[in-house]
Amino acid sequence: MAKPRDVLIDPLFNNNPIALQVLGICSALAITTQMDTALVMSAAVVGVTMSSNFCVSALRNQIPTNIRIIVQLTIIASLVIVVDQILKAYLFEISKQLSVFVGLIITNCIIMGRAEAYAMQNPPTMSLVDGLGNGLGYGAILMMTAFVRELFGSGTVFGATVLPLAAEGGWYTPNGLMVLAPGAFFIIGFLIWALRAWKPEQVENE
Amino acid sequence: MQGSVLYNLSFAAVICVVCAIVVSSAAVSLRGRQEVNQTLDMQRNVLVAAGLAMPNESPTPEEIAARFSQIRQVVIELETGEATNIDPASFDPRVAENDPDRSRPAPPNNAGLSRVATHALVYEIRDDSDALNLVILPVHGLGLWGILYGFVALDADVDTIRGLTYYEHKETPGLGGEVDNPRWKSLWNGRKAFGQDGTPAIEVARGRVGAPEDDPHRVDGLAGATMTSRGVTNMMRFWLDEHGFGPYLDSLRRRDG
Repeated sequence: MAKPRDVLIDPLFNNNPIALQVLGICSALAITTQMDTALVMSAAVVGVTMSSNFCVSALRNQIPTNIRIIVQLTIIASLVIVVDQILKAYLFEISKQLSVFVGLIITNCIIMGRAEAYAMQNPPTMSLVDGLGNGLGYGAILMMTAFVRELFGSGTVFGATVLPLAAEGGWYTPNGLMVLAPGAFFIIGFLIWALRAWKPEQVENE
Repeated sequence: MQGSVLYNLSFAAVICVVCAIVVSSAAVSLRGRQEVNQTLDMQRNVLVAAGLAMPNESPTPEEIAARFSQIRQVVIELETGEATNIDPASFDPRVAENDPDRSRPAPPNNAGLSRVATHALVYEIRDDSDALNLVILPVHGLGLWGILYGFVALDADVDTIRGLTYYEHKETPGLGGEVDNPRWKSLWNGRKAFGQDGTPAIEVARGRVGAPEDDPHRVDGLAGATMTSRGVTNMMRFWLDEHGFGPYLDSLRRRDG
């Protein structure tokens, strides 16, 4: 039985859902142009992975095997709708920017993947920790990507000007690639490269 | 028991009912707050177009309500330009546009519109003697990726543009998405909407454009966003013309001019 600490820390670097498992890439491209949207998105995903893992795990002995995927999906979808409604009520500005991507958490492979791979075999508390770890692993990559994209794409960090833009009287000409989705591909690519240079055991065998 | 068809069916049914209750109670209990947010957001954008709020400012709900109280909302009939008795609070332009009874097929246009509502919600600011200070019109039309929704504010002469703002669009960030840029929006202030012959003449031009005094009908285009710039021009031309707010603006000129 794995220790809770390992279950929590492992997905951050050793078994990161984006960097190693390469799950959840599409939303990582879409909402990482600004750090505050990325932060809210990360929090939403952490909330959903934790609660979906917990619910699925609590029901794991009751869920009939042959309809388990659709049951997991129903639980995840319901949780995502609740999160979306809460964002619309309490964080309206950011929910407008996140638009459809909150709803698309339903199709985020990380959540489904953890429910199927971990929560169906493990008790609720450990599943909760696993959900937290994986959500944070996703969030960590998101925040790093958003930091680079916002800094070099708009010259700001969390909306505060760091590199004054030439268009507004400063000296920095923003890199247009950073604000477009392909910019995130490059940054995530570099992150994966850096992570694998640090931990060579993550490199797949030829 | 476990594995039987009956068990599977009843398990699925229980999950569905529980999830449905969770989702619907969240939706119902939060609806009030969400509607307040939407109204505040709309009002804030009207204030930005009117120059009563800065684009990067986030006023509190009380401040929005205070500043918005000087704005009069009027539902007008587009064809005649006359004010109607329709309650502004109950009028949702987007619902009206998709309701066959309250919309008509759009006349041929370049703004990508297939239907237009027969009525529109406009905002007027009048002084104590009821003279017009500012009129704020909703505009929308096709850009590159989707419809842009915004407001344009005209001065009391019903010609000089005082502000333009977009509150919803799907344009490319950094390129067409720069319609949000406060610096670009500020270029509109002082331009003239109509030409000598009284038809809409304002356009988003390519290349450098002078100050409003020298170049009253042209606004500097968005670099790298030809389609979005063209979309903005086309929607301005449509909404300021006879099939858009033309009759209403004429009635303002007759009454206040």
